[in-house]
Amino acid sequence: MMDKPVIVIGGGVAGIQASLDLADRGLKVHLVEKSPSIGGVMAQLDKTFPTMDCSICILAPKMIECFRHPNITIHTLSQVKEVTGKEGNFDVKVLKEPRSVDASKCTGCGLCSEKCPTKVSDDWQKGLSERKAIYILFPQAVPLIANIDREHCLYFQKGICQVCSKVCPAGAIDYEQQPEEISLNVSSIIVATGFQELNPSELGEYGYGRYKDVITSMEFERLVCASGPTGGHLNRPSDGKHADRIAFVQCVGSRTHKKGYPYCSSVCCMYATKEAVLIKEHDPGSEVTIFYIDLKVFGQGFQQFVDRAKQHWGVEYVRGKPGEIRRNPLTKDLAIWYEDTMTGNVYEKEMDLVVLCTTMIARPGNRELAGVLGLKLDEWGFFKSKDPVRSPIETDVPGVFVCGCCHGPRDIPESVAEASATAACAAEVSRRCAS
Amino acid sequence: MSEEPRIGVFVCHCGINIGGYVDVPDVVEYATGLPDVVYAEPNLYMCSSDGLQKIQEAIKKYELNRVVVASCTPRTHEPLFQSACEEAGLNKYVFEMANIRDQCSWVHMHEPKKATQKAKSLVRMAVAKARLLVPEEEPEIDIRPTGLVIGGGVSGLTSALSLADQGFKVHLVEKEDRLGGTLLKLDTLFSSNVKASEVINPLVERVKASTDVTVHLDSRVADVKGFIGSFDVGIETRGEPEMLSVGTIIVATGADYLSPEGLYGYSQVDNVVTQMELEQLFKEGGRLDGVKTLVMIQCAGSRNEERPYCSRVCCTEAIKNAIKLVKENPKRDVYILYRDLQTYGIEFSMMEYDAKKSGVKLVMYDKERLPEVTGGERGPMVRVYSPLLDEELTIETDMVVLSAPIIPNEDNEALSKHLKVPLNSDRFFMEAHVKLRPLDFATDGIYVCGTAHSPKEVAESVSQAKGAASRAGIPMAKGRLKTAAITSVVDEAKCSGCGTCIELCVYNAITKNERGLAQVTSAVCKGCGVCGASCPERAITMRHFTNEELEAQGLAALKEA
Repeated sequence: MMDKPVIVIGGGVAGIQASLDLADRGLKVHLVEKSPSIGGVMAQLDKTFPTMDCSICILAPKMIECFRHPNITIHTLSQVKEVTGKEGNFDVKVLKEPRSVDASKCTGCGLCSEKCPTKVSDDWQKGLSERKAIYILFPQAVPLIANIDREHCLYFQKGICQVCSKVCPAGAIDYEQQPEEISLNVSSIIVATGFQELNPSELGEYGYGRYKDVITSMEFERLVCASGPTGGHLNRPSDGKHADRIAFVQCVGSRTHKKGYPYCSSVCCMYATKEAVLIKEHDPGSEVTIFYIDLKVFGQGFQQFVDRAKQHWGVEYVRGKPGEIRRNPLTKDLAIWYEDTMTGNVYEKEMDLVVLCTTMIARPGNRELAGVLGLKLDEWGFFKSKDPVRSPIETDVPGVFVCGCCHGPRDIPESVAEASATAACAAEVSRRCAS
Repeated sequence: MSEEPRIGVFVCHCGINIGGYVDVPDVVEYATGLPDVVYAEPNLYMCSSDGLQKIQEAIKKYELNRVVVASCTPRTHEPLFQSACEEAGLNKYVFEMANIRDQCSWVHMHEPKKATQKAKSLVRMAVAKARLLVPEEEPEIDIRPTGLVIGGGVSGLTSALSLADQGFKVHLVEKEDRLGGTLLKLDTLFSSNVKASEVINPLVERVKASTDVTVHLDSRVADVKGFIGSFDVGIETRGEPEMLSVGTIIVATGADYLSPEGLYGYSQVDNVVTQMELEQLFKEGGRLDGVKTLVMIQCAGSRNEERPYCSRVCCTEAIKNAIKLVKENPKRDVYILYRDLQTYGIEFSMMEYDAKKSGVKLVMYDKERLPEVTGGERGPMVRVYSPLLDEELTIETDMVVLSAPIIPNEDNEALSKHLKVPLNSDRFFMEAHVKLRPLDFATDGIYVCGTAHSPKEVAESVSQAKGAASRAGIPMAKGRLKTAAITSVVDEAKCSGCGTCIELCVYNAITKNERGLAQVTSAVCKGCGVCGASCPERAITMRHFTNEELEAQGLAALKEA
């Protein structure tokens, strides 16, 4: 008897790893991703700590492996809408949004985007640049296929234009595509839907949204990335001036009982250290300060990484959370007010750019998916595992497993290890149900 | 291949990606004039089904026996073109690629003429190499469906059970005389305060009951031979040798705890104990009734010059025990002296709040001014400087508990030598890639999980153990594995047996044969080329990247178009 496939929900690094583990052992996998490309948040990062590997350079080969793997079917622009049945025999309905481009014809040449007259703020670049209404999510997207954003496309909004259709040499544009429902029968379900970054304007702190040069860490990742909107030049968004004095503020929205979330996001101290080192690598003369409460150095090589950032690169660490950020209307510089709690002294310091290291929060879509799968969420909307010690990746529903940041903040290697763990669980189910 | 080379060159426009900057027709015309090229053509998209079909038609029509595609990166597209060649009856290793997109049109888009020149050069180089290409084979090896798990703690037990549940036989080797590992010494586990025995005992029972798992107690790995699929592992059980034949190996040997001799009065001042000794006290039912004031000191032997790493679990462990002590007796004063609280993630953050709510006193200290513990009249006296208060506190205690770090096992060195896998600078086992291969070693068929790799708590170890079982299960589920064709070859006539290559090979693919000459185990070789580059006699060459091929390619680079 042929083993049933496994469905993996979420095409970030966790979902990719779980899919590859299962496919490599010979099981069929349906990898369901709601955006136009797999890759997730890791694809948006510039480098990764503490090794300073280029994030997309190490992820892209895995993305391509998924695409080329004979046992993996990737469903992009797709979401799981209904699940019935039980371990070993789940019936899953997946809703696939129309791409308006024939995936079998599009070669990803990009001519359509070049000629499309409609510019839209580019979410993937965190709104720091623009894309077109027909676009490829990012240069290494998998699948490398264009997608029409119907909300902004002139044809869909006003019935005019159709330039993309005229210029496409492959004849791939298909305005008539309809949403499609796909039915799958699978033995187990792996949930790997990831997290999102808190929008700090909700907090009303530190002038985010009011001052252009107060940005989030994800915005920083794009800003400092060679394939980002400034080609990797650290220019402050307000006036394009090169940023020489940069502050990182930890725990923005985290570890607080006021506005925000009470938990620690696990990764911010280290990615801020990485981002600080990146700035110093680009420009050793710049002044970089990290404001923190407790420095979380709990992982392998983390303390050594921080030591090197301090001693070799001259990154300054200040224990204390800034009280306020104001903008000098004349110089346009930001003034940051803080107390160094180690000395009790209060300072005001001028900065060009302030990076807010914001909380990793649960995706709002978890609520609907939890309903569909019969899973429980914790108080903050993350998926709950069956037992925090004994069964960290199992759930209350047999045959449904969770990995990565959809059940709480964690770093890439933890997500990858967990993804392999869920693959082991799914392989066990497959064998149990086959015998 | 003895016949004369007949090379076909296919140049891709990639829409505007290449064609917009590189003069593709000019490159095609240039290619036609290169030696042994019998056919050249452009295509809008070489990778489209139409483009692939054109290649296959040309192979038949012009009797091509070598194929060169000038397009994008081999990283993404080489397998596609190779399989097209295979479908047309050619061996995939007579295919060569020139990356004229990334290396020409993309990086030189402002200088299209020069980009075209460079594209011609890359094609000339690819053709020069293609003339010398020969077909290669990818030998298959068998994978024994039996795993070896080294270590019988929570990680090893979890890995072993998962492998068994995946359908494989398992040998579990444990150095102690009973299964269970570190969890046998703990009372409760954060974050749920579950009894450690309730976690470990069911695992031990399941392993004992499993007909698929063979347990070897009092046993150590003495010798490892072979490679993925067929490892022959010699173990010693109470002096008795035994040979185990396995396909894969999981290292789950756990770790040890530092005994912090001389730190903060440990083993000098009475009632200074470690967190592990406190666990033992709890486990034995000790109620510490006489203890009215207790101080815990974090980073007792870690995050310093000698041991730079953070031990990850101690802050949460201390908080768990502090909450227990305060809840047991709310009048009790419990302090935790810490540097940076490592209460990461959701559950541990909640424990931190619980500690504060319960009245545990958290006092931050500075690494530059460490706390001091001396013998007092009542019990240990603790002096600690609080930078936040700018004040030195003196605390008369009944007991001091030191959070001493997890340290690597002493026998890691020996095991790493047997398995030929590396340790990191902290002497824990080192994985293949920190980010994306956290459970693999660089050597195929050997995996790592749990605290053998670095300090971690139980849930993290359980996840890793399952994950390692997935990784080890992959080759065993396949049963057979195609090994790489691109491996090194030793010319015995030239080899002097100096052994340089053996020392440099990170995959341990080279050994000395009975004549003292280098011998490559192809199944283990990754074709990295380090041996070839370092061989003083030029006795080693790589398949598909032979010295002759590389020289021809290099010389072609120097020629003018």
